[in-house]
Amino acid sequence: MTTLEPQMQNLERTGMPVLEVKNLTKRFGGLVAVNDISFNVLNHEILAVIGPNGAGKSTLFKLIAGAETPTTGTVLLEGQPLTGKPQHVVARLGVVRTFQETTIFKEMTALEHVMIAHHLQSKAGNWGIFAGSPRAKSDEIDFRSSASQILGFLGLGALQSEAARSLPHGHLRALGIAMALAAKPKVLLLDEPFAGMNPDETDRAVQMVRGIRDLGITVVLVEHDMRAVMRLSDRIVAVSFGKKIAEGSPLEIQNDERVIEAYLGKEDDELGV
Amino acid sequence: MKSSSLKIGLALFLVLVIVPLVFRSSSYSMTVLINAAILGFMSLGVWLTFSIGRINISQGAFGLIGGYITAILASRFGVPFWLCILASGVGAALLGALIGLPILRLRGVYFSMLTLSLTEATRLVALTATGVTGGASGILNIPTPFQGENSYLELYLFAAVLLILGTLAVWRITNTRLGRVFRALQQDEALASSFGVNVSAYRVLAFSLCCGFGGVGGSMLTMFVQSIYPTSFTVTDSTNFMLYCFLGGLGSVFGPALGALVLFLGFQLLAPLGAYQTLAYAAIMILAMLVLPNGLLSLRLPKRTHALEKANVS
Ligand SMILES: Nc1ncnc2c1ncn2[C@@H]1O[C@H](COP(=O)(O)OP(=O)(O)O)[C@@H](O)[C@H]1O
Ligand SMILES: [Mg+2]
Repeated sequence: MTTLEPQMQNLERTGMPVLEVKNLTKRFGGLVAVNDISFNVLNHEILAVIGPNGAGKSTLFKLIAGAETPTTGTVLLEGQPLTGKPQHVVARLGVVRTFQETTIFKEMTALEHVMIAHHLQSKAGNWGIFAGSPRAKSDEIDFRSSASQILGFLGLGALQSEAARSLPHGHLRALGIAMALAAKPKVLLLDEPFAGMNPDETDRAVQMVRGIRDLGITVVLVEHDMRAVMRLSDRIVAVSFGKKIAEGSPLEIQNDERVIEAYLGKEDDELGV
Repeated sequence: MKSSSLKIGLALFLVLVIVPLVFRSSSYSMTVLINAAILGFMSLGVWLTFSIGRINISQGAFGLIGGYITAILASRFGVPFWLCILASGVGAALLGALIGLPILRLRGVYFSMLTLSLTEATRLVALTATGVTGGASGILNIPTPFQGENSYLELYLFAAVLLILGTLAVWRITNTRLGRVFRALQQDEALASSFGVNVSAYRVLAFSLCCGFGGVGGSMLTMFVQSIYPTSFTVTDSTNFMLYCFLGGLGSVFGPALGALVLFLGFQLLAPLGAYQTLAYAAIMILAMLVLPNGLLSLRLPKRTHALEKANVS
């Protein structure tokens, strides 16, 4: 399988937006978790969404990935509307998210996690799988080798046959990303991929995210670790209380007064200044 | 490989040759065996809904539905018995898909309570729709091909083969990617849908298969007793299917058959206690659950469990 061959010819960051978020709003009763947020994600860029806790970042990701339905607004992938489509359809179209909380299937090994995440690549139907058709068998072989390739790419190669629940936290975060990669996304949404990691683990994870972008995948991430965000992102969108307050390069964001204000009361170095 | 096919061969020989040879002359024993086989078959479906993380207390409803389909087709339209069984299975499965689509959004105790009410609601429909079901007086004298002196033996063999084929089918599902998807749903539906699994379609698939097992089982039991009433399957039966799975063991596809055999037989053996039969049965159930929380089949799996735990520790 060619899952992991870098698509160098496409790596030029084109001016074309691959994902367009237009006036997204989500109300939970009286609370406006996401308030009229719009931004574009360009092909092959790494875009970070930052903001204080409770700003609405995870909700924004859920709206884009189809896990929640927006109250108003639309999301377009390469010009096609995603809004209103359920999460598994959005995933098939090419937008896949990871979770802020670490989620795994107990009793499955790391390899089994990534194999089952190849679900969308299945050529055999349910009946073929039950009857053991040749397609089902070749699927199984393809999934296994692709899964093992993805785990190797993310530095989990040696842990393939470990039960996932016995993996340390940093590796579990990577396993979540491995599962998302198995769905062959065009746009990968990472919700706090570095949460709970020590500086060493974060360094490795930053390299990993760059490697994913170099595969030709557009990456949007929510992150609290400002140092990592400033190093990694091409552009940043800052949100506070559900509203977009700034958008720009890391340097522009660092010096943006509204952003600094939103983070007031926090340590200066949270912004990496 | 060789030793396991030998074991399977011996088990089949025991179930299909030895058991009928030993018990064929006792109609009481044959009745118990036929019931246990059919109830085990119906429990297989409930076991499948366990595998997607839903405790299903509606199998009695689909037994009733399958039973009425067979009773009506056979007694009013003279449809041959094998077509009746097929129609009962397919009818129950389709109805299950229709009902499952909305109710499978619920989980935990909410889903269970709803399925329990479904059993009761089905009984009430059967009681009220007198034009179709005959109401409280039921449908009697249902014609079946199982007549004459060998009828018990034929029915037993039929039910046993059905149970074996059903167990094989569920074993197959469990050991392919389908089973892995089901277990993924059991643990985290949001995660499964994030990589593209159509969660609601797979939930409905599992539940609908379950209802199909219920319909076929209901059809078989109806042909066995040649009658059906609104009370042929009640909430107690729905609960029992669930208990058969629990006591047999949720970790193995052989759990439902074993649980049904042991519990149904056990209940019959307690008959001499008269009024205290149900009480004793309940007490033994509670004890069994306390001593063997993972079911009877956990008794023969200690080696494998240890190996697993070791692998997880290292
Ligand atoms: N399902 C929900 N129902 C009600 N309120 C919610 C729900 N999900 C999130 N919220 C609220 O929306 C706000 C934004 O949450 P979230 O998107 O998780 O923030 P962030 O990821 O930026 O920390 C919070 O106040 C949170 O309590
Ligand atoms: Mg969040």
